[in-house]
Amino acid sequence: IATFLGRKLQPRPQNEVEETLKRIQGQKGVQGIIIVNAEGIPIKTTLDNSSTVQYAGLIHQLVMKARSTVRDIDPQNDLTFLRVRSKKNEIMIAPDKDYFLIVIQNPSD
Amino acid sequence: IGGHPNDILPLTLTSATQELFGCRCDEDVTGDNPYKILRKEDIVQDMRMRAAVSDFSPMKQLVLDYPEDELLLVYDRDFIYGSSFYLVLTADAKERHLKVIEVALEREPSEVFATQKTSEPQPWISLGSEQEIEEESLNCLSFILLSPPPSQLKYRISRVRREFGAPIFFSDRNAMETKDGFIECTPYQDKNFSLKQMERHTGVQTIPNLKSSSTQTQWTYPRSMCTQYEPREFSEEKKENCLQSEKLKNFVNSVASRFEMAIQQNEIMDVFFDDWKALSEEDSGYGRKADPHLKEYQSFTDLHFSKEKTISNINWHPTINGVIAVAVTERLSFEDRINGSTKLLLNPSLILFWSFSDPINPQLLLECPDDVFSFEFCPSDPNIIVGGCMNGQVVLWDISTHVEQLQGTRTSGGKNIANETPVVRYCAVSGIENGHKAPITDIQWLPGTFEVSRMGVPMENKNGICVQIVTCAPDCCVMFWDIRAPRVLQTMADQRKQKVEEKPLENPHGVPNTFKHLDLTWKPLIRVSLPKIDTSGEYSPLKISLRDNTCDNHTGKVAPEYALLRVPSAKQLKPLEDICTRLYAGTEDGELVYTDWKLEKDNDSGRLFSAKPSHRFIIHDGQVNTVRRSPFFKDIILTVGGWTFAIWKEGVTNGPIIQSSCSQKKCTVGYWSQSRPAVLFIGKEDGNIDVWDLLEKTHEPSQTQNITATQITCIKPWIVSCALPLILTAQTDLEPGYVANAAAAGSLYLFIVRFRKFCINLIHFLFVVQTAKQHLLAVSDHLGTLHILEIPWTLRSPSSNEKLSMSKYFEKEVDRLVYFEKRREMRAKEKKDYEAEELRKKTVRYSI
Repeated sequence: IATFLGRKLQPRPQNEVEETLKRIQGQKGVQGIIIVNAEGIPIKTTLDNSSTVQYAGLIHQLVMKARSTVRDIDPQNDLTFLRVRSKKNEIMIAPDKDYFLIVIQNPSD
Repeated sequence: IGGHPNDILPLTLTSATQELFGCRCDEDVTGDNPYKILRKEDIVQDMRMRAAVSDFSPMKQLVLDYPEDELLLVYDRDFIYGSSFYLVLTADAKERHLKVIEVALEREPSEVFATQKTSEPQPWISLGSEQEIEEESLNCLSFILLSPPPSQLKYRISRVRREFGAPIFFSDRNAMETKDGFIECTPYQDKNFSLKQMERHTGVQTIPNLKSSSTQTQWTYPRSMCTQYEPREFSEEKKENCLQSEKLKNFVNSVASRFEMAIQQNEIMDVFFDDWKALSEEDSGYGRKADPHLKEYQSFTDLHFSKEKTISNINWHPTINGVIAVAVTERLSFEDRINGSTKLLLNPSLILFWSFSDPINPQLLLECPDDVFSFEFCPSDPNIIVGGCMNGQVVLWDISTHVEQLQGTRTSGGKNIANETPVVRYCAVSGIENGHKAPITDIQWLPGTFEVSRMGVPMENKNGICVQIVTCAPDCCVMFWDIRAPRVLQTMADQRKQKVEEKPLENPHGVPNTFKHLDLTWKPLIRVSLPKIDTSGEYSPLKISLRDNTCDNHTGKVAPEYALLRVPSAKQLKPLEDICTRLYAGTEDGELVYTDWKLEKDNDSGRLFSAKPSHRFIIHDGQVNTVRRSPFFKDIILTVGGWTFAIWKEGVTNGPIIQSSCSQKKCTVGYWSQSRPAVLFIGKEDGNIDVWDLLEKTHEPSQTQNITATQITCIKPWIVSCALPLILTAQTDLEPGYVANAAAAGSLYLFIVRFRKFCINLIHFLFVVQTAKQHLLAVSDHLGTLHILEIPWTLRSPSSNEKLSMSKYFEKEVDRLVYFEKRREMRAKEKKDYEAEELRKKTVRYSI
């Protein structure tokens, strides 16, 4: 039953995820991408370990705060995207129920 | 008393009358119901019956005259009109009263909810008040004059004649003294303000339940606790599992589009870019026909001291504005020196200190044992100056006694009290045997952040000030010197000998004792040689450049007693890891050598020797006279020699990243601009200064300007902040020199624009509050004249992103070099392959 027309169906979500991440990483000025789970534990990253851990912990708190702010104002609203612009770069965060995706970009490059 | 309207008549009714007419007080008629209708006939009847006794008799006629049948009797409970009743005499009044009754009766229930109507002006109804007032006044007057008040009164007032025009005397009287001296309205609590509010409008909001609580714990003794934590991380398999999950895939797909949009937005346009600020930069250049040339600001030449001499080196005083020091040396060739050596001994060599306030006389002279080719102020203590002489000696001066004089000449008009320029003798000189064997061409202070041990290993510098010096000379040596007293490693015999010899030495020249411990016995700490890489022999360095390894600046430390400092043992200090110990040296043969100054120990002999330099580049066709790092980029070095100059990047070993074309005349000296990363100044043999703007063009200088007739020997730019921090100037197409002079004078002027051409030029005003910073360029020439030039606006203000553009340009050049290298290798390989192919073909042909 496992074979169909002599071929095994192999779902390859990893490749798709990889491709999407590569696409984002290839954009101009992108310095790093981190995927963090809902508790703040990094799952995948393109930066070094210490930076990753630091970003994951700090940004997780920030996203929690931002999300609770949005929902307090209007309980039917929810946070979809958070952009933090600093002098040197811009941090973009997309939260979800289970994961966050963090992208750091240097726009003036 | 009196005073009642004409249509009513107050009257008193006896109780009998009251009973008769049914208007008993407080029974038939009350305060609430005071009205009683009486029939006229009844009144007339009563009057007939009782005649004079009747209460109505005084108004008999009035009653008879009454037109209607019924009269209105009103119970005047409050005695408004003086009696307990009053009778309404006219029909109109009666009607009115009746209406009042009806309306009052009607109005009562609805009175509480009646809306307020704005009252309209009603005609004046006289209720007898004028009569009252008239009667009152008449009564008063009659009381005074003791006569009945029938008609007008006449007054006659008289006064004693002598009292007219008499001086008036005023006196004070305390109001409290006499009784009734004043009348006051005593304050009382107005009941209106203590009303109780029965109704009130407020808003009410619900909030989440908040509760805060605390407890007090007993803390008998403090105990330090700490928590150690580390971030939670997933193991590799867990991460893999997560990555494989469907959820993640969906999440990433849904979220990726948002990111792409955001990233592209950033790429397209920077929304936070301040266009307004950026606009002002371009505007400053627009319309200003500013002269891009260097303006002569001042020039110094001394006939007495610098006649027949040339200037070898210039240094600006690091802290005192407007003071510059030049080293003056003889303009003789080697043979001439030997021939005229006796004369030279009598005329000592000098370093002159010039101040802007006095262009004729130098402020201070430093005496040197021999011609000084290079000297430097100590960065941490500008009173200490070190110089390298022609005979290879290193000299130290201490000018702390003359510093006030140097500072004083800046602000005062420059009047010297003493006509003699003070001369300061050197306070320490190195021993001739131990120093260099050739003229010292470059001398530099090591920064106060690290010091170097005997092996050349950089250690932390506990003193925080600059204590070590690097020198180089064409005797193929680079030496490190320490200005502290060496560690005492003497035997007992030596110590005893020293004690005997210790007697107070005369100090005939008044030399300060700062470096007495070094005088004549000073030895270098390390001797670094530069052995040639391929052949035997050594490189002879002329100029060196060390990487600027400053980390934390401990400036501001009080200059210590140098005699008390001791070179510490290498074991006591902590070695610093991140100091780069490599230096660039430009040699006499036009080479640039890159070497490490750390010494290595030869295991066999135990001697210390220097390793071979790692790289060496032949670039220039003459002696390298400048090796300088850019103030903006730590790894970009400029070398000038022969007819060209070259720019190098530390770490790139293929060659120079930029090399200029050969110029017509020899380049004698070069320097980076202090404020613009892309500008450098090259001095030429014919007295020209080439200004190169690398962002504008790189094949030729942007500007060439002739300063003097002879060769330029030294260039040093400097930024001088003026005494007055703010000056209001009108910047037009006016020479900046004009502005600079005002700034130098130290006073505040409001400039009125100077018109050059009235009709043609558009006069462009820019009132700018300028922190007066002058950018000056000190240029010395072979004839011994020091020229101070002002750098114009175009050459001193960096364009926006200039540093970024320059760094990109350098990177491009590095890429070019790497590419060329690759191509060269490829070509070589191709050539080799081709040759091998050819050879093979030939052999194949022959073999057939």
